[in-house]
Amino acid sequence: MKYLADIGGYAIMVIDLFRKPTKWRIMKNLILKEIDELIFGSLGIIVFISFFIGAVVSIQTAMNLTSDLIPKNLIGFATRQSIILEFAPTFCSVIMAGKVGSFITSSIGTMRVTEQIDALEVMGVNALNYLVFPKIVAMMLYPFIISIAMYVGIFGGWFAGVFGGFITSADFVEGVTMDFIPFHVTYSFIKTFVFAFLLATIPSYHGFYMKGGALEVGKASTTSFVWTSVVIIITNYILTQLLLT
Amino acid sequence: MIEVENIHKSFGDAHVLKGITTTFDTGKTNLIIGQSGSGKTVFLKCLLGLFEPTEGKICYDGQNFSELSSQEQRALKEDMGMVFQGSALFDGLTVAGNVMFPLEMFTKLAKSEMEDRVNIVLNRVNLVDAHHKFPSEISGGMQKRVAIARAIVMNPQYLFCDEPNSGLDPRTAIVIDNLIKEITEEYNITTVINTHDMNSVMEIGEKILFLKDGLKEWEGTKHEIFKTDNEAVTNFVYSSELFKKVRQMYIEERN
Repeated sequence: MKYLADIGGYAIMVIDLFRKPTKWRIMKNLILKEIDELIFGSLGIIVFISFFIGAVVSIQTAMNLTSDLIPKNLIGFATRQSIILEFAPTFCSVIMAGKVGSFITSSIGTMRVTEQIDALEVMGVNALNYLVFPKIVAMMLYPFIISIAMYVGIFGGWFAGVFGGFITSADFVEGVTMDFIPFHVTYSFIKTFVFAFLLATIPSYHGFYMKGGALEVGKASTTSFVWTSVVIIITNYILTQLLLT
Repeated sequence: MIEVENIHKSFGDAHVLKGITTTFDTGKTNLIIGQSGSGKTVFLKCLLGLFEPTEGKICYDGQNFSELSSQEQRALKEDMGMVFQGSALFDGLTVAGNVMFPLEMFTKLAKSEMEDRVNIVLNRVNLVDAHHKFPSEISGGMQKRVAIARAIVMNPQYLFCDEPNSGLDPRTAIVIDNLIKEITEEYNITTVINTHDMNSVMEIGEKILFLKDGLKEWEGTKHEIFKTDNEAVTNFVYSSELFKKVRQMYIEERN
């Protein structure tokens, strides 16, 4: 019953956050601030993770190519497919649920605990629009991070494959360019946009409607991470079913 | 003037406010007192429009809040200023940014006009050199003064304060009390203060409303509270030996 109430509450929140918009003069600055915190602030971790994930995919593929009949360029091909289809959009989004999601929940939750949200509401400000809408707009630049993650991930695969002595650079590049289907990138970016919306709104819901004190802010951050990850994984399955089959 | 008529508020099975009727006069500091759990905060949040009463009506200068359209309610809220218990200043904004916030949100004033207005109200609350500091860089008393400045920057008709003295030393508490009283008279606004501080009751309580178990137990002035025989009020207000002696002295002096 509580889950149903939460789903209903989340839907109402999403509708309410578009009501009574904040003045553009103020909103513009809020959006820029959120882009700085949520997007540019996440670049480092995403680049770091993507590089090593790409490297690991490349090595593991190489280690499993035991038959001489299978061409070595499959390492580049498998790295590209894994990174573009799954690791960059989905794996990075789960990481972002921890990094960005916890930040959003704890910052909004702290505002709730310290009555800053009450202060906004007393003034007649639509607190949801003021606090959550800029985060959604900022997160629409999330595909920018994911495109960097794709590039760095494949580069990581090339680095580990070539410098680990598993494949030549030419074979890897041949594998990366082999049988390329542009729709796979489109599919990946569609997923990324949906995940970006979930990453901005689910943690906001947990922060905005939390009750209690500092301890509950911590609990809300954990719950938010779990639910954002769960919803991302389920949505990933549904979108894959709809777009790739 | 705020007229409250038979206000009830329930949360599920919990009946918190059980029918409060009272009036808060313009240009006066109206105090709400009562033990923890008596319904003071819920009552204040009903007055602010944060909670919708289950029953009854609240009229602001004749306008029944619940009968107003959402646009009219928003306009009325712009006439309300609120000082929260923990000040509720926005962490990411400077002192000047906090005070300027309502002006930026609701007016079309030029930046220079807003800055002038911010300077006026910050001077009024005796905060001249704190413009560029962040809330975390100033003391609790200064935070309260910034909160008061933010609450009055829009020239509100109604000022609400939730325990404005909590966490302050006695000297700063008196400064804040006097500041609220002076502003109330100067701007001729209706001020409602939720407090536990008996010093505030004695100093600035032009009208005092005592709540007990969600009901109005007693109301009167700070002079009347010395003479009242209401046991619940005397038990609450004169719970300390000091206040018992003050009351005794006051009665003897009057006799």
